[in-house]
Amino acid sequence: MSCWDTIADYALRSVGVGERLLPRSDFTLCQQVTLIGSGMIWNIYFGLLALLSGFFLATALAMAKAAHSPLLRKPAEWFIFVFRGSPLFIQFFFAYFLFLSLKNVYPVFSPLTSAWLGALVVLFLNTSAYSAEIFHGAMLSIPKGDVEAADAYGMSGWPRFRRIIWPTMLRLAWPAYTNEAIFLFHATALVFFSGFPATQQMGDALYYANYFADKTFNPFVPYPILAVYFILLTLSVIGIFGIVNRRLNRHLPQAARARIRLRPMLVR
Amino acid sequence: MFPYCSDPNAISGLTWLSCYLTTGKHTSLYLSFLTVLVLLAITAPVALVFGFGGATAARSRFAPLSWLGKGYIGIVRGVPDIAFFLFFVIALDQAFEYLRHKIKCPDWDQPIRQGNDFVVCAAAKLPLGDAPQWVHETYGFFLAVLTFSIIFGAFAANVLYGAMQAVPRAQIETAEAYGMSHGQSFRRILVPQMWVYALPGLSNLWMVLIKATPLLFLLGVEDIVYWARELGGTKTPKFTDYPHEDWRMWYFGALLVFYLVFTRVSEVVLARVMRRLTHGQATMGGEAQRKAAA
Amino acid sequence: MKHLLIATALAALAAGAAQAQTVRMGTEGAYPPYNYIDDAGQVAGFERELGDELCKRAGLTCEWVTNDWDSIIPNLVSGNYDTIMAGMSITDERDEVIDFTQNYTQPDPSAYLAKAGAEVDFAGGVIAAQTGTIQASHVASSGATLLEFATPEETIGAVRNGEADAVLADRAYLEPIAAEDAELDFVGEDVLIGGGVGMGLRESDAELKEKFNAAIQSMKDDGSLNALITKWEIGATF
Repeated sequence: MSCWDTIADYALRSVGVGERLLPRSDFTLCQQVTLIGSGMIWNIYFGLLALLSGFFLATALAMAKAAHSPLLRKPAEWFIFVFRGSPLFIQFFFAYFLFLSLKNVYPVFSPLTSAWLGALVVLFLNTSAYSAEIFHGAMLSIPKGDVEAADAYGMSGWPRFRRIIWPTMLRLAWPAYTNEAIFLFHATALVFFSGFPATQQMGDALYYANYFADKTFNPFVPYPILAVYFILLTLSVIGIFGIVNRRLNRHLPQAARARIRLRPMLVR
Repeated sequence: MFPYCSDPNAISGLTWLSCYLTTGKHTSLYLSFLTVLVLLAITAPVALVFGFGGATAARSRFAPLSWLGKGYIGIVRGVPDIAFFLFFVIALDQAFEYLRHKIKCPDWDQPIRQGNDFVVCAAAKLPLGDAPQWVHETYGFFLAVLTFSIIFGAFAANVLYGAMQAVPRAQIETAEAYGMSHGQSFRRILVPQMWVYALPGLSNLWMVLIKATPLLFLLGVEDIVYWARELGGTKTPKFTDYPHEDWRMWYFGALLVFYLVFTRVSEVVLARVMRRLTHGQATMGGEAQRKAAA
Repeated sequence: MKHLLIATALAALAAGAAQAQTVRMGTEGAYPPYNYIDDAGQVAGFERELGDELCKRAGLTCEWVTNDWDSIIPNLVSGNYDTIMAGMSITDERDEVIDFTQNYTQPDPSAYLAKAGAEVDFAGGVIAAQTGTIQASHVASSGATLLEFATPEETIGAVRNGEADAVLADRAYLEPIAAEDAELDFVGEDVLIGGGVGMGLRESDAELKEKFNAAIQSMKDDGSLNALITKWEIGATF
């Protein structure tokens, strides 16, 4: 069987397309690379959707945390504290239990016990809390003069937020937010490892790496393959976020741009 | 533990609980909290040393050293820690044994890799085959500390690298104007000043480190999550004097509280350190402190 | 001179071998009755008693270590412990990488455990199994939907809460659970997979393997192995 056949059979195995049985003997390097790569589909799916949806909740939470009213501030503070203060591992555990009991009462919730939705919800809440903390920190360090200038122009409320506060906040938060994105993609490897069960041997990259390590009894091939995939993913994340960063800072002089990037900001 | 615990079936309520919570197995759970705390206490400074080395190397004007530093930071940061844990410890252990083997048994004529087996001479084994169990456990603990340090060292290196760059250029130029050499200005000006820039990043790293400890079991160290899972699982009367249903919820709840409290304490302490470090620095925070005092 | 060196090296080797009589026994500690952690935090169970007796007969000092199931074989070949006694069935694929002693249990039947009175579709339903076990491979090729969990405990949980229709595991593991919980019951026929449980060793450790083989044989011969199997309700006797 040539490598092309293997790719045809297994490239989409992680989403249930292609050969139903995983390879069971005579493991080739090609099989390992293909299947682990196929698993990356899930890592990207979880990471991308959680990041995109988490961005909005994070902005709202950061606003709420900065609000004067304790009715808004306290819940946001607690939400951020609980999700930032506990290991993702334990969050997955409790979420799975909660989803199971919800499902027993209301059958509507049954998709929540499968990874594609349940784990996504947990990752979404988790990344929202971390990003909210980053955004909140950035909001506090918005130069006073910027806000005063907006007031002087007669801006207030929504226009002031949309045109002054929000873009400045993003600009300041971006390096740390890049780190958060990297960590989020790494965290997706935990989904099938400790959180949710894998159905029909459809899992993420770590699941397949684990499968091969288990079958070949040699951890020194599949895990480095996994590592290479993740390094590529991390590099793409850094690349894309770098482009956005340049766009956010395009009004600044060249030297100032460089300085902002080098500021050591919060990492997760 | 207590004299009345000899027949657990005859007791109930709080008495039962007091016996249940003092079994040898629970003692292991309590000790594992200590293990985690000790691990964190050792890993943090060691990782900082790795980070400092990595950052200094990355800034080096000697190109290969700089590549080495940047490569270390880039590669280790790019890989999820869990993937590292799954093969790195075995690799590390084999590397140590291989080195010892080369030194201690130069006359060995058999191959080290026999099929899948990794065979070194008995004198090169780490720890020695007849060493008591606690030596094995300490060695495993040491490997875990080293692995954690290498991984978090890369993140620390990234933070410190940024911090070194963030020290205002004028400070270094002033040092040079005073006739300090490159090394002198690095030691006397750059390093003392960079901490205030590094601390926000480092404190977040500390928080991440705390939350990475549930992965310790992958490294062969029996940590709190391992014992919580083991103790919380359903116990049938045949294999224990204290049968119970699935109680993992309670055990994990206790872990959750532990982590939240630990995080909170860390936040308070780190905020205090930050106030200390800001004192007298040429930053907005330092400026604010000066104004408040005046 | 050269001879002298070799002689010294051999002497050193022999001394090393004599020293290394402590045999480290790797196990999972989460699979009663084969092996589990007792209330005192020690490894206990059928394999603990069997292993201790084998070591006594082979004249070895043994020490028990627990290791995660996922990495139990890589750590053996890497030399972190010397044997595996973890309810590990002898299979061809495992045998390619490590060596097994002769089996110390009969080929143990695996069984399906489900909610009492439930109709389970073995070829099309949802069956839970522990990741990396022979049962997981069996379900994957049977046509049923395989639901994999990291620990045996979670597979039972999945049946209790209805995530899975049934769980496939060693009958000896399921037996005490079914006896305790009235809601759970065996369904269908037992499945014979694997060639019985044996002790796993490195392929380069032929000498140690022979010692344990002899010890197992002597326990089979005098009936003490059967007594242990009956005591722990492992399954059929020899």
